[in-house]
Amino acid sequence: MEAITDIAALEQVAKRMRRIIIEITTKAGSGHPSTSLSMVELVIPLYLGGVMRHDPKNPRWPDRDRFILSKGHGAPALYTILALAGYFPEELLYTLRHIDSPLEGHPNMLRVPGVEASTGSLGQGLSQGIGHALAARLDGRDYRTYVMIGDGESEEGQVWEAAMAASKYALDNLTAILDYNKYQQTGPVARVMPIEPVRERWSAFGWHVIEIDGHDLRQVFAAYEEAKTTKGKPSIIVAHTVKGKGVRVIEQDEKRSRYHGVPLTPEEARVALEELQ
Amino acid sequence: MNIGKRIGLKIGKATRDAFGEALLEVGRQDPNIVVVDGDVHNSTRTEYFAREFPDRFFNLGIAESNMVGVAAGLAASGKTALVASFACFLLCNAFDQLRMCVAFPNQNVKVVGSHAGISIGEDGPSQMGIEDIALACALPNFKVIVPADEHAARALTRLMLSEPGPMYMRTGRPGVPIVYEPGAAFAIGKANKLREGKDLTIVACGLMVAAALEAAYLLQQEGVEARVLDMHTVKPLDVAALEEAAVETGAIVCAEEHLLSGGLGSEVARAVAQRRPVPMEFVGLNDTYACSGTPDALLERYGLTADHIAAAARKVLSRKTC
Ligand SMILES: Cc1ncc(C[n+]2csc(CCOP(=O)(O)OP(=O)(O)O)c2C)c(N)n1
Ligand SMILES: [Mg+2]
Repeated sequence: MEAITDIAALEQVAKRMRRIIIEITTKAGSGHPSTSLSMVELVIPLYLGGVMRHDPKNPRWPDRDRFILSKGHGAPALYTILALAGYFPEELLYTLRHIDSPLEGHPNMLRVPGVEASTGSLGQGLSQGIGHALAARLDGRDYRTYVMIGDGESEEGQVWEAAMAASKYALDNLTAILDYNKYQQTGPVARVMPIEPVRERWSAFGWHVIEIDGHDLRQVFAAYEEAKTTKGKPSIIVAHTVKGKGVRVIEQDEKRSRYHGVPLTPEEARVALEELQ
Repeated sequence: MNIGKRIGLKIGKATRDAFGEALLEVGRQDPNIVVVDGDVHNSTRTEYFAREFPDRFFNLGIAESNMVGVAAGLAASGKTALVASFACFLLCNAFDQLRMCVAFPNQNVKVVGSHAGISIGEDGPSQMGIEDIALACALPNFKVIVPADEHAARALTRLMLSEPGPMYMRTGRPGVPIVYEPGAAFAIGKANKLREGKDLTIVACGLMVAAALEAAYLLQQEGVEARVLDMHTVKPLDVAALEEAAVETGAIVCAEEHLLSGGLGSEVARAVAQRRPVPMEFVGLNDTYACSGTPDALLERYGLTADHIAAAARKVLSRKTC
């Protein structure tokens, strides 16, 4: 597939992704729309913008770059980008969470082409990413591994165990992406469990830190480029995002928790889809 | 939910809801109770307690191992510490902390795991607690409790909080059929006989108790009288009730919304084998993870309905010698 680098075109893709996320979660009647909406611009450059080397027709290609969605409840966004990239037909998206659908509530690597890890218990993706990065080194392959984590998720101790290990092995073929949308399930991250100073903490753990506006595609492209060219240590892209980005009812919800694990009602979805035209 | 419909059981609250309400009530009377959460109080329903007693409530973020350690410290300093999250995250992620900080030093920590079983539905296998009973039973000093409906959850929550020592209670996400009258009597470690029968005994816990009652009705149509025991305490088991069941009915079917390995069926089989071996059959998740789907569709697909229990009963009866 030809990489799309035209920002205006990709912004249209972002809108389309958001529409699909709303449609499929509302149709399913359950799921996590808000986390999916905050990560849209972070995955588009990977799968459609040429950042990752991958082949939707050959999802197990040993030299492919890997993307692991550690915050597995963002599955609707992952499935959508995989479908847009050509891993499976878009119609399949509308079977989300149905008993006969491979698109389960959280990603299942045995059932969905392009899904690199079965996730949904938070905190475990970065460790698996390290495994891929170490294997690349052992096998003399130059693929890169990307792992997206949530800000609430980064409260898990395992994330910091992984942070230390990646630094020990100087894994410059590993890039973490922090979807820093400032909210977790029960409220603002700053109130539930403060994780600041984020930049200083990851730096202290030996990581190269790139801080960006995670909805600005130009900054996202530049961040991936910077991560690729940073040698001798792993990089983390701290992407400031908005939980529920693009959908007014969610953005205006003060606690954001109403929409954490609950889709928009059909009426709310209708309004949201209009906003996203 | 389809379970119990055929016999007119009404759908009540989820056991997590009833647990949350009872926790609040007991919390009002006992200022020594403190609650530790991991960013899921709106799922486990410790939110009711949190709202009224913010000073006795600690949201430690998404960090289950830490939660359990902190709860153990609170308990060691004299508090009755209740720690709640999804059953799978709490038991699986923090198992070593449950072992070293709670079970081994025998601390007064109450562990409550919600979203147990496959009836959570569409969120799928990563959120389902299907191994929690096995894990909790593998913790010496722990008692393990599985309420069947809202009344059981209320009563057992009160009992759990009124006696010292480590305990695990499992709660579920969806509203479930009501099998008890409000105010029904419970004692930890003592099974409740919900139906008398002489031909076989169905030993069940949690949601499968309603399914067992429905199965007993199906069997009755065929002239088979099934006894139904709600084994709400999986550990310590009511071995007297089991021995009586083996002697008096001569065959046992176990039913649980859990993996067959290490759960209610395994515990019951061990007790029965030791005291009075009789033919047994087992209904549960057979060495598999489930998938996403509606609770009813999942229970059907993975063999956790009254029909499956009745089929197991027919099978066990065909093996019965006397
Ligand atoms: C180990 C574990 N604990 C708890 C949960 C329940 N849970 C699912 S999503 C979530 C909040 C995640 O917050 P964050 O990482 O900030 O992701 P966001 O939804 O904001 O993108 C929680 C607590 C889980 N999935 N895994
Ligand atoms: Mg977040």
